[in-house]
Amino acid sequence: MAENIKSLYGSQLGQAYAVTRSPEADPFWEGCREGRLMLSWCASCHRHHFYPRAFCPHCGSADIEWKQASGKGTIYTFAVVRQPIERAFADLVPYVLAIIQLDEGVRILSHVVSTDPDSVKCDTKVTVEFKPYSDKITLPMFRPVS
Amino acid sequence: MRDDAICIVGVGESDDYGSTPDRSPLALQAQASKNALNDAGLRKSDIDGLITQTGGRMPPITFAEYFGLQPEFVDGTFIGGASNVAHIDLAAAAIRAGICETVLVSYGTTPRQGEYVSLAPEYPDDFERPYGICFPVGLYALSAQRHMHEYGTTREQFAKLVVESRRWAQLNPRATRRKPVTIEEVIGAPPVVSPIHRLDACLVSDAGGAFIVTSAARARDLKSKPIAFLGAGHAFTHRSLALKDDVTTSGAVDSARRAFQRAKVDLSEIDVFEIYDAFSSQLLIMLEDIGLCPKGEGGRYVESTDFGPRGQVALNTSGGGLSYLHPGMFGMFLIIEAVRQLRGECDERQVENARTALVQGNGGVFFSEVTAILRNTM
Repeated sequence: MAENIKSLYGSQLGQAYAVTRSPEADPFWEGCREGRLMLSWCASCHRHHFYPRAFCPHCGSADIEWKQASGKGTIYTFAVVRQPIERAFADLVPYVLAIIQLDEGVRILSHVVSTDPDSVKCDTKVTVEFKPYSDKITLPMFRPVS
Repeated sequence: MRDDAICIVGVGESDDYGSTPDRSPLALQAQASKNALNDAGLRKSDIDGLITQTGGRMPPITFAEYFGLQPEFVDGTFIGGASNVAHIDLAAAAIRAGICETVLVSYGTTPRQGEYVSLAPEYPDDFERPYGICFPVGLYALSAQRHMHEYGTTREQFAKLVVESRRWAQLNPRATRRKPVTIEEVIGAPPVVSPIHRLDACLVSDAGGAFIVTSAARARDLKSKPIAFLGAGHAFTHRSLALKDDVTTSGAVDSARRAFQRAKVDLSEIDVFEIYDAFSSQLLIMLEDIGLCPKGEGGRYVESTDFGPRGQVALNTSGGGLSYLHPGMFGMFLIIEAVRQLRGECDERQVENARTALVQGNGGVFFSEVTAILRNTM
């Protein structure tokens, strides 16, 4: 059954996206629920990758382990959603989409939160915080480090 | 032309387009296909191959039945707005392999009626869609912002490309947005996802399009002027924009280089450029990637170049996705316009002595890039 987005930023939002059945990502989502940013890491070539895979996209090894990330990174780029294009997110407008470069060397799409959307700049240092999205999903978000 | 050369012998668009509440996507696709057959002087029974990415779960199967075809070869390669450009090469490969002789490539969608293509979740979506990414505009805005940050590109420079597209659209009686526009008006339009504002974004239109590919030998006794397909280049780099190392550069760097190599043509020989323009910033990035100016200098290049009618570089002569129409996957309409320019059928907007055209398809958010080179060899 479809469930609603819980309370992203305290807003009551529309119908939640239901993630696909992809067991290779379960430890990632478990980590998010527990407030830890978990990244898959290849024990063969010693590199992280994102999103999680059953095989390392760099070297092809299936020897994948999980490591907790520092949660620190920089804003590679961002964009401010200023129209209610997605009905489920209408109450959130304006919100800041961003691609975050994590210190571990991988990039993740997310939001920049806890700041004025007009003050966001590329290459700013950020740190992770977690926001509940639905009963099943908690999302990593990033706020600028002052 | 040698007998084994490949050419496009017919093009057609749907009679109805824009907003078509009384037409299904299949109906628009059928209209366009019939128009392409008439343009070539071919009958349905002459078609033994069909390629389409629209129409259903098994696109060519559904459309073949709807249109009344029982082809010997089909393909349904779906790579977004680059699909139909890739289809020229796939049709050519099938013809050269002797699988079939005459291939109909067709397209029809009605996004204005809230119907487009399946948005069933796929695994990579799990890491994007819970964030309300506003596909594709939110992701193209991420690309534009980084280009501005790294190279100092300005919104005014992106906007210049919108102004130029309107200058062409004024000469295209079918174009949707024909009113001239100024840089100030583009800048001042309401923001959608900053830094992309409303007039920086393409139209949303219902439309169908089609073209027919065959051998030069078969083309000889047809009524239309055949346009030779000299070669294409393809590049596929990512599925999630966050996974792309450099969001200010597209795979068109590689697809264009490969196309020039295969076609044995230089950039300097191109008379007409039909380059995907879903967003002004996306178009500027592709001008750089195709090699019209070095990476990062697109802003200054656009500022100092006249892309309009009788200007320095003939770019998107139909008005493009920004001003003519944009039914979700505009690649089809880039090809149709290139063929008409090379035939010399474009009336007021005809580019003088147009002999060679470059068509640049772009799918997703720079996911798939396909470049094709076409020429009038007569």
